[in-house]
Amino acid sequence: MKKLLTVYNVLISVFLYAPIFVVIFFSFNSGTSRAVFEGFSLQWYAELFEDELILRSLYYSVVIAVVSAVVSTVIGTLAAIGINSLKGWKKSVFLAVNNIPVVNPEIVTAISMMILFVFALGFFHNAEMGFGTLLIAHITFNIPYVVLSVLPKLKGMDQNIYYAALDLGCPPAKAFVKVVIPQIMPGVVSGLIMAFTLSLDDFVISYFNSGATFQTLPITIYSMTKKPYNLKLNALSTLLFAVVLALMLFVNLKKPKKAQKKA
Amino acid sequence: MSKGIAVGNKKANLFPFSSWMVVFVLVPIALVVYYALTDVDGFTLSNLRWIVTYGGTLWLSVKLAFIATVICLLLAYPIAYSMSRAGARVQRNATLFIMLPMWMNFLVRTYAWMTLLEDNGLINSALRAVFGMEFPGLHLINNHGAIVLGMVYNYLPYMILPIYTSLTKIGGSLIEAARDLGANGGQVLGRVILPMSVPGIISGITMVFIPSISTFIISKILGGGKDFLIGDLIEDYFLGNSGVVNYNIGAALSLVIMVMILAATFIMNHFDKDAQTSGGGVI
Amino acid sequence: MENKSCLIDLRNISVSFDGVQILENLNLSIKDGEFITFLGPSGCGKTTTLRVIAGFLQPDGGEVLFENKNMNGVPPHKRQVNTIFQRYALFPHLTVAENIAFGLKVKKTPKAEIARKVQEMLSLVNLKGFDHRMIDSLSGGQQQRVAIARALAVDPKVLLLDEPLGALDLKLRKDMQVELKKIQQSLGITFIYVTHDQEEALSMSDTIVVMDGGKIQQIGSPTDIYNEPVNAFVADFIGESNIVDGVMKADNVVEFSGHVFDCLDKGFGRDEAVDVVVRPEDVDVVPAARGMLTGVVTGVTFKGVHYEIIVDIGGFLWMIQSTEIEHVGDRIGLVIEPDAIHIMKKSEYSGTFGDFSSFSEEFDELSDVNAGLDREDHDDE
Repeated sequence: MKKLLTVYNVLISVFLYAPIFVVIFFSFNSGTSRAVFEGFSLQWYAELFEDELILRSLYYSVVIAVVSAVVSTVIGTLAAIGINSLKGWKKSVFLAVNNIPVVNPEIVTAISMMILFVFALGFFHNAEMGFGTLLIAHITFNIPYVVLSVLPKLKGMDQNIYYAALDLGCPPAKAFVKVVIPQIMPGVVSGLIMAFTLSLDDFVISYFNSGATFQTLPITIYSMTKKPYNLKLNALSTLLFAVVLALMLFVNLKKPKKAQKKA
Repeated sequence: MSKGIAVGNKKANLFPFSSWMVVFVLVPIALVVYYALTDVDGFTLSNLRWIVTYGGTLWLSVKLAFIATVICLLLAYPIAYSMSRAGARVQRNATLFIMLPMWMNFLVRTYAWMTLLEDNGLINSALRAVFGMEFPGLHLINNHGAIVLGMVYNYLPYMILPIYTSLTKIGGSLIEAARDLGANGGQVLGRVILPMSVPGIISGITMVFIPSISTFIISKILGGGKDFLIGDLIEDYFLGNSGVVNYNIGAALSLVIMVMILAATFIMNHFDKDAQTSGGGVI
Repeated sequence: MENKSCLIDLRNISVSFDGVQILENLNLSIKDGEFITFLGPSGCGKTTTLRVIAGFLQPDGGEVLFENKNMNGVPPHKRQVNTIFQRYALFPHLTVAENIAFGLKVKKTPKAEIARKVQEMLSLVNLKGFDHRMIDSLSGGQQQRVAIARALAVDPKVLLLDEPLGALDLKLRKDMQVELKKIQQSLGITFIYVTHDQEEALSMSDTIVVMDGGKIQQIGSPTDIYNEPVNAFVADFIGESNIVDGVMKADNVVEFSGHVFDCLDKGFGRDEAVDVVVRPEDVDVVPAARGMLTGVVTGVTFKGVHYEIIVDIGGFLWMIQSTEIEHVGDRIGLVIEPDAIHIMKKSEYSGTFGDFSSFSEEFDELSDVNAGLDREDHDDE
């Protein structure tokens, strides 16, 4: 039974990673085909760094991800604190609204905002979708995830520590900064990271709300796949994958030490 | 005595959130409903007749998403189970291992499947090499099977992780207690483990079914573009890729998906009240 | 005590949540330097009263006076009272020393002064050398000490303690009771202590305020409260007691359980129905023939110092404490001296307790369940 399970797990791993290996493998192809491997070369990596479109959209992606993550973290954290202090049906209503973008299919969220933007931009001469609309869209779908990651920390916190700070002479705002923020920080940080990665990775919502001039990386990748497939994309994906892998290994190796220190 | 702390002003804390969500979530949804129920002449239900026109597409979307969800569930459960019974270190690494592929751009990964599945692709070439013969009838791509495979591949982690999370909450002592009371392996699975992982199963189903039913890229890349799904239709009506822009029809179709998913979530929540919260916390 | 000035005055305090009256027209004066305890079951309003004094809660009606100044509307951080919270509410992200220094830093005290004060506090609570420990590496008792040090570091005039020993085990609790009392006496500041544990209240307090249902039932010294409870609730809640129905035949004469007794109470109406309290330790056991009352022993439990004997007298179970053993099924006689009898006017609590009662023990079990619930939703009363 156990052996069977192991074999099964290996098969699923192959299934999950086969495409990843294909992408990495073909990124070193000396030919131009995504299907036939001709020989080893680094030409696609070299070309990647000369492709202004890709580099620019990578830059845009990072900018959008950083700004939207920060803004949504601020709004979401405040909201979580507000929601945590509510009771009964009011709390349910806020949580339900918060869950709409989580539960709704991305494409519906995307086109609903697109309708709004087209409608609103109609009032401005020459205005078109771009940085602004994209940023708003990203903030919108990020907020709920921040709220959902901060709320449990607030619930798990001893509410009296806030009162203890007041009791010891802190005005409310100071008590919040000195005591509550440090307590919910892990939730805020994981909300921030989640918002950042969701934003960086988003295709569907950006696809409908980015316009022609301001494109994030996933949109550029999509437009490139429509033309004859370019192995630069494999090189790019391999590099990004390597960065994420390195980060994860780094965090993962660092974590146990931290835990020890605390104990 | 208020639950939770009232830091600063409750209303001030909630104001940015409330106004943002009203303007960018609720108003847009209201606009979808508005567009779905109007045309140039005002209120009409005529947009909704397109649901009938596209009944076949709608049915195909539901069917493929359903099949993909079932396959995901069957594939995910054993993985989630063996993860939940492993040591802490293995559990953490396995979680990362399962999430890692999602960090590669999903379009690029889906194109890689094209490389694998094509008539001259890696799988067919491998088969030819191994068996030394042609398999002319074996087409792995541009069919419904390939679309389902794309869905399963992309959304499998969303099924594994919530089930895994719910399984970790079942303590080892609970299983020992069941054994102690005379349950055999099958009974432990059927009467303790399965029922207790229902919340995870439900949020897994939601997290796979919803993106599957509304996808518009997987069908394009792996379905060869001949089988449109509902997501492809919505995309076309909003972006005019096939020459016609019609927000009203697009909104009507979106409304249909929304209502279907709302109904599905409602039914699911009937099975488990925690489904939504645990679903949100897993990713 | 009389010459000590009044520090805190609560006048007609009323509080309600969601339409439920938690405190009803509460009036209380607290003297400077007093150790005063609010005692009562969960939900009696004791924690709410404490929160009103601390300023975490604005009363719906009434006034809080500090040294004759109205404090209504003054926020907690501007009041000269400090609180020891249930489960301590220490800041988990700070060290022991940083926790103690918290209030001083907020007040912008000079660094050297803070360092000195932290050391002084650490030695006051016997935690020297714990400066740099993190909170979650401390035991419950040590956390308790840090909480005390943190609150006392800012030199409060009044220390509010909200069931501070509730989370500790019995032995540690007894030690801390002694220590808290010592600290209070050496500093000479006012302690306002909230508990549901009557033993704790009796052994530590100068004054006990017994509360139930949002109202004060009785205010008095521990001995007054124990010996002269005003009604069946107080008699039942404090210590163990036999509360029976009686009738005043005349001044100093009361009839209960079918026998007429001499007593020391007077001023009741002729034939007025009353509640009679007899403490278990005040009953003498004699051979049945010589007893004022007779009954059959239905239970005997060895308690160390004495035996606890349950006697059925005309269907009502009495509890008696005796140093001599009796046997189940034996018929024994009881003698009750006049000074062992305490007469109370009938009240809303009359007849609610049946048989002998040892409210606190039952209550301890109940409150443990409640404490578990509290922990889940952070809602104390």
